[in-house]
Amino acid sequence: MRKLFDFHGGIHPPENKHQSLSEPIRPAGIPRELVLPLSQHTGAAAAPVVRPGEQVLKGQLLAAASSLVSAPVHAPTSGTVSAIEERPVPHPSGLSAPCIVLECDGEDRWVELPAPPADYRELEIPALLERIRDAGIAGMGGAGFPTAVKLTSGTHHHIDTLIINGPECEPYITADDSLMRERAADILEGVAVLRHILRPREVLIGLEDNKPEAIEALRHAIGDQPVEVVVFPTKYPSGGEKQLIEILTGRQVPSGGLPADIGIVCQNVGTAVAVRDAVVHGRPLISRITTVTGEAVARPGNFEVLLGTPMHYLLEQAGWDPTRSGRLVMGGPMMGFTVPHPEAPVIKTSNCLLVPTEKELPSPPPAQACIRCGLCAEACPASLLPQQLFWFARGKESEKLEQHNLFDCIECGACAWVCPSHIPLVQYYRAAKADIIQQRRDHEKAEHSRLRFEARQARLEREEAEREAKRAARKQAAEKRAQAAAAEGGEDPIQAAIARAQAKKAAQQQAPEASPEEKAAAARQAAQAKLAKMQKRLADARAAGEEDKIVTALEASVKKLEEKLASLEEPTA
Amino acid sequence: MAEFIAQQPLLAALLALAGLGLPFGALLGYAAVRFRTEGNPIVDQINGILPQTQCGQCGYPGCRPYAEAIAAGEAEINQCPPGGEAGIQALADLLDVEPLPLDAEHGEESERKVAYIREDECIGCTKCVQACPVDAILGAAKQMHTVIASECTGCDLCVEPCPVDCIDMLPAATGLGAWHWELPQLASRNVEIIATDANPKQAAA
Amino acid sequence: MKLLRVSSPHAHGPNSTQRVMQQVLLASLPGVFVLTVFFGFGTLVNILWAAVVALACESLALWLRKRPLGFYLGDCSALVTALLLGIALPPYAPWWLIAIGVASAILMAKHLYGGLGYNPFNPAMVGYVVLLISFPVQMTSWAPPRGLTENVPGLLDALRACFLPGQFDAITMATPLDVLRQNSGLMMDDLWAQAPQFGRWAGIGWEWANLAFLAGGLWLLYRRIFTWHAPVAFLASLALMAALFYDGGSSASGGSPLFHLLSGATMLGAFFIITDPVSSAVSVRGRLVFGALIGILVYLIRAWGNYPDAVAFAVLIANLCAPFIDHYTQPRTYGHRPPAREDA
Repeated sequence: MRKLFDFHGGIHPPENKHQSLSEPIRPAGIPRELVLPLSQHTGAAAAPVVRPGEQVLKGQLLAAASSLVSAPVHAPTSGTVSAIEERPVPHPSGLSAPCIVLECDGEDRWVELPAPPADYRELEIPALLERIRDAGIAGMGGAGFPTAVKLTSGTHHHIDTLIINGPECEPYITADDSLMRERAADILEGVAVLRHILRPREVLIGLEDNKPEAIEALRHAIGDQPVEVVVFPTKYPSGGEKQLIEILTGRQVPSGGLPADIGIVCQNVGTAVAVRDAVVHGRPLISRITTVTGEAVARPGNFEVLLGTPMHYLLEQAGWDPTRSGRLVMGGPMMGFTVPHPEAPVIKTSNCLLVPTEKELPSPPPAQACIRCGLCAEACPASLLPQQLFWFARGKESEKLEQHNLFDCIECGACAWVCPSHIPLVQYYRAAKADIIQQRRDHEKAEHSRLRFEARQARLEREEAEREAKRAARKQAAEKRAQAAAAEGGEDPIQAAIARAQAKKAAQQQAPEASPEEKAAAARQAAQAKLAKMQKRLADARAAGEEDKIVTALEASVKKLEEKLASLEEPTA
Repeated sequence: MAEFIAQQPLLAALLALAGLGLPFGALLGYAAVRFRTEGNPIVDQINGILPQTQCGQCGYPGCRPYAEAIAAGEAEINQCPPGGEAGIQALADLLDVEPLPLDAEHGEESERKVAYIREDECIGCTKCVQACPVDAILGAAKQMHTVIASECTGCDLCVEPCPVDCIDMLPAATGLGAWHWELPQLASRNVEIIATDANPKQAAA
Repeated sequence: MKLLRVSSPHAHGPNSTQRVMQQVLLASLPGVFVLTVFFGFGTLVNILWAAVVALACESLALWLRKRPLGFYLGDCSALVTALLLGIALPPYAPWWLIAIGVASAILMAKHLYGGLGYNPFNPAMVGYVVLLISFPVQMTSWAPPRGLTENVPGLLDALRACFLPGQFDAITMATPLDVLRQNSGLMMDDLWAQAPQFGRWAGIGWEWANLAFLAGGLWLLYRRIFTWHAPVAFLASLALMAALFYDGGSSASGGSPLFHLLSGATMLGAFFIITDPVSSAVSVRGRLVFGALIGILVYLIRAWGNYPDAVAFAVLIANLCAPFIDHYTQPRTYGHRPPAREDA
């Protein structure tokens, strides 16, 4: 028996997992329209390679990875690209982001896929990674970090342990559980690919002890492969990458570091299946298993959903009663976020849609005062002092926050769950983190601007100095010439120049000055010309249907010119 | 001698004080020299807090001159709108003075902006290029100009010189990338506990 | 359709401040019962009158600070303060004494600092110490326990003692801790035999009251209202100190560990006073230090101080040290090396 370790803190919220486990995984079907956000992962958004109106087939590339940390997007079914536009996306802000909208034709015709290799073991590792990258796989557990990037960084380190993340510690969610129950063989096939890429010393599949069926299925599928299923007591958040690593190995990922730094790579079970589909069958990531649960759906369960499926469509498949649900949560009740628009699509990281009734998960009551009871510190899996962080976050004391390791907070919500005063602690930490990151950025920007300002200042001074030097040189040269001329007994050129200048000035003074009337007339003429020009521009702008802003600005300048003209004409009138 | 001193308590006290004072003074003097910390000169520290927009809203031609003026005691710490309340607070902490409300004479704190040239209206006069304190505008005479958004500090200085008014100040980052959670709204959860924030109007009165 | 938008977590545990406070109130029942059995209805009248004054003071403070009354009164924290003060004050104390104590606790120690959660000192202990310093005579006259007096006062007598202080003279008697301190010439055994106040392990009545509070405290521990660290550290360090200075019973020794554990406000302090989260240290190690510090202070003050019992002063001094303790007992965060001891 493997020695298990424990992580600090943790909580035992009601699991509520049985609701969605009564039925096997169901296909959600093809909706009329799919909405595919260009950014379904951590990193840069993908760049579209199709145009509106284009016919696409299932599995065809729609948007390509735009940088190293990015993932492509593929068509989950066949149809027509109807638009590339801003649509509401699943994001806590409820804002919109660029999406490819696909009108489905219902035929579900596959594109011709590149032939999968007869045996992937014969491929070079970079070629395998390329396949995974091209399949658009991003961590399916919820964070959505592009898998190929994670694996590539893994190949740069010596990896001794590959951990397959299967505890699924969040209440309500059973997507991974049902996947392990029903598709254990697929998971193992994916694990074999990962093993081939990373060549770890050992492979562990970590599970909580509340999933006996999944454990049984996995053990059965493993057979004699060198993969070990490790079962440990249920405790939230054992599925957190850092916590899982501590449970299984007793080691901690250094703060700010990656698991690869200590020779560990973690992959979610869903990711393993996606890797298998990509490498063994050459299929891109176009669907996923999503749990739909909560008391506001009549038939909760797990669905195989095409990416881009609008959430309300999926919810309706499970018998959703919109009047009963107070909120729509993507993810679990501990770390999920509320989605204000049910038309937002299911994306690569949507492991669960939770529609609880108000009774099931009541709205947060008003926060009471923190009584410093310390329950949060006891529950914190990162051994932080949440209530101190709370005080500092309220006081916006960035230095103190960093001193108390705010950035090691994984936002698991255990502190807020136990808080007797119902303080929304996690929100405080999120806001404080964003604030500090913003400050850092501002500071970097200021420093950058300062350098540029100083460089410019230095350049201007240098130019001035150069000009000064040239002037001095010319003056010197002139003096020399003068001296030379004087020495030759000729006329001093400087004296001559001064004399010329004086003569010119005298002549000018004698000439009759332009009368004030003439001056005014000239000014009037100039103003009239300007006005005419401006009026023409205004007319052009109106004709061209320019923006209101521009038109108003032009109107204002026309008016100003007219006034000026009027004031010029006044004295003569 | 000793007897004389013993009979004059005042003198004895003075002598004793002097006897203590001299060595301690010497010790402190030595320590001051020996353990002197080579800190940033105060101007650099102040300059480090200022936002480096070089906008001149403070009435000085750039951030460093303003920093020098603060250090010399010629300017108040509340003349920098881009730095805002946070900047004033940081300056107050650094200089150990009371934070002041932002002086409205110099402008109001607003979100960060970025200059944007409506390129089809630009006549290529290079006036804005010359006005930009951080060389963030790219262009040559009779050629269209454009702003390098990542370098722009949003200082506004290019707007005034433009003869055709083709420069707009647009809000900087918006959208998904710039969004983040705000601190919980105390008002929306309808109760709060600190005495001073009970009623701003009363607190001000 | 309008969907709620809130930050995670969406689920919440069953815990609430109100529940915590109610459990504390419940857990004190056995102790209060034993005190009533041995010393009559004085304590009960104290508690009830203190509760009335506490609610009035809390309401007044909330009204002055323009806070919603119902919301803040609902947290029951004022009642807990009243309860602790009511138990700590001598039975048959006059009404004004209790009122002054409660008012200082609620108005001065709590609301002047910003209300629940913001007070650096334990309000009940501040109230107690204010009274102890201002009215030493009233504060040190404790009723004799059942067994040493024929007539333990009934409810009516207790009410009269409280509200008509002139008309009812409660009999008073030195507490066992007092007797021990006054002792200079007697061996322990002789003292035990001579002074009537001593019972089996400690003072008559006191030992049972302490055991009852211990039982209540253990129940709170079982309900996970607070952690074991501070109480255990406190009791352990008090017992250790007592053992160190207990030489088997000479006239100069300061009472056995068991005597100290079961005397005065030891158990009330251990489970009901030093566990007040607001004014104590926060981290696990911090609470160990905090409890141990109080244990040492209690013994020092009992043995060499000038006051009959020491818990109040010890707690206030430890409250002073709590931020300092917190600073040095910050736990090691996940993924960090043991913290380097550099100062902030």
